[in-house]
Amino acid sequence: MKASFSPLGDQAIVVELGNKIDEETEQQVRKLSVLLENRQPEWLIEVIPAFVTVSVFYDPCIATYDVVKMEMKELLNHLGEDLPTQSRTIEIPVCYGGEFGPDLEFVAQHNNLTTREVIDIHTSGDYSVHMIGFAPGFPFIGGMSEKIAAPRRDSPRLRIPERTVGIAGNQTGAYPIETPGGWQLIGRTPIRLFRPEDDIPSLLQAGDKIIFKEISEKEYHAWEDEPNAENT
Amino acid sequence: MLKILKGGLQTSVQDLGRIGFQKYGVIASGVMDPFAHRLANLLVGNDEQLATLEISLVGPKIQFTEDTLIALCGGDLSPQINGSPIKTWRMLVVKKDSTLTFGEPRIGARCYLAVAGGIQVEEVMGSRSTYLRAGIGGFKGRSLTKGDDIHNGELTPIQLKALERSSDNEFDWLVPPARYFEEPIIRMIKGKQFELFNNTSKDQIFTEAFSVSGNSDRMGYRLEGPSLALEEPTELISEAVAFGSVQVPIDGNPIILMADRQTTGGYPKIGQVASVDLPLIAQLKQGQSLRFKEISLADAQQRYIEQEQHIREIKASIQLKQEEWK
Repeated sequence: MKASFSPLGDQAIVVELGNKIDEETEQQVRKLSVLLENRQPEWLIEVIPAFVTVSVFYDPCIATYDVVKMEMKELLNHLGEDLPTQSRTIEIPVCYGGEFGPDLEFVAQHNNLTTREVIDIHTSGDYSVHMIGFAPGFPFIGGMSEKIAAPRRDSPRLRIPERTVGIAGNQTGAYPIETPGGWQLIGRTPIRLFRPEDDIPSLLQAGDKIIFKEISEKEYHAWEDEPNAENT
Repeated sequence: MLKILKGGLQTSVQDLGRIGFQKYGVIASGVMDPFAHRLANLLVGNDEQLATLEISLVGPKIQFTEDTLIALCGGDLSPQINGSPIKTWRMLVVKKDSTLTFGEPRIGARCYLAVAGGIQVEEVMGSRSTYLRAGIGGFKGRSLTKGDDIHNGELTPIQLKALERSSDNEFDWLVPPARYFEEPIIRMIKGKQFELFNNTSKDQIFTEAFSVSGNSDRMGYRLEGPSLALEEPTELISEAVAFGSVQVPIDGNPIILMADRQTTGGYPKIGQVASVDLPLIAQLKQGQSLRFKEISLADAQQRYIEQEQHIREIKASIQLKQEEWK
């Protein structure tokens, strides 16, 4: 698809690089974001990449919409160039069920599976991060098996503890901060997805591959007691 | 130092927002009314970026432990020093042990208290703004409450001179105050999904009045009025939203996204408020109403550039005044 441009108010432009969520478009989104941040045009304020769009915030006192659009068009010509795109694989340990995953049983029943089968399917998926958004460090993860899909709860919980892993429709994800939400909760990870003290405050980034790994409650607590273990 | 004797409804430390971290899902936060915040800072000789206290509707009670230069800009929440009414949109000197209180919100909903040196809290991700939801930034990641001690930053030589000079507690000049309205006209650029709405909705958004519902907060202003709908239901792929995006969820009631908005959203955007009119919304109270008027993108950018020039002129004339203090 040819890229299209539209204003997001008087201080941002949206560059649309595709009209459906697929790997190729996502790569274009990542490339354009990196390219732009490497170049740091004088008018650039910040970049928000999403599934198929890159939204670019700029200072209209330095460049108006028409100028930014022109320069973005120019930049798109460089998307073919090879950019160093690191593909990382990040392991997320999860303690499934029990108080951490009160809806594991529901997800199993809903799909005529045992809880063991749900865990096995969830830990064997081929996952990747589409984008980060909605909450700090919150990953939109693709690749979950339809076999363990489950509808959202009719009435959302008012508080879901941070680091809870859940399922909504055929999506899986983890809540970086305590928030209300309607996801079915299947477990919790001891590792922090949101790290406000770090230069890059999100553990995960668009393009990352993810492996969910089952751990016991004992391992969970050992991990939580030693938060730096994840870096070793 | 500022001793908080009462927290008020929602008093939080804010600056111009957390910039550059939205790609990690970190909301921008920052002041709801950037114009008032910037002028309050400029009036006391601060950099515009320094943090102020954002005060909403029911103000706090604050005691100053030393002579302090302050300015209050934004809504008129009936501020008083030691029980006597004081003026907004100008610099004031408050004497040691004075107490600042607020009364009825007369005009507007939010008022910004700048102190010389700025409100001093640690920066988190390059900003002093309070991110209430995540509990980080600002003062302990939360709104102020009784017993909090808030420090101000170091004063510049000019600010120190101004403190020495002041025999009475009011300087005799002010900046032209922003005007707020009972039913403001809000200029709006058509949104990316404007054409997806049905004809009635496309018409009503610019002809009918919308009122501010009780569910409005720093995240967004929920409006009530004619229910808006798409021509046909459409699933959208989530993308970035911005300060002033007007999105319409399934229930048909538009929401204007404000300072604490999420970074991305999947609802159709019928429009985007012109940046220069955002303060008019930030100053609206529950129950007040507004009307939208279409503005072109080019016109909105021109107004924005003009306003920035206006602020630079005000800054220059304040600096001239401050030269006199030397």
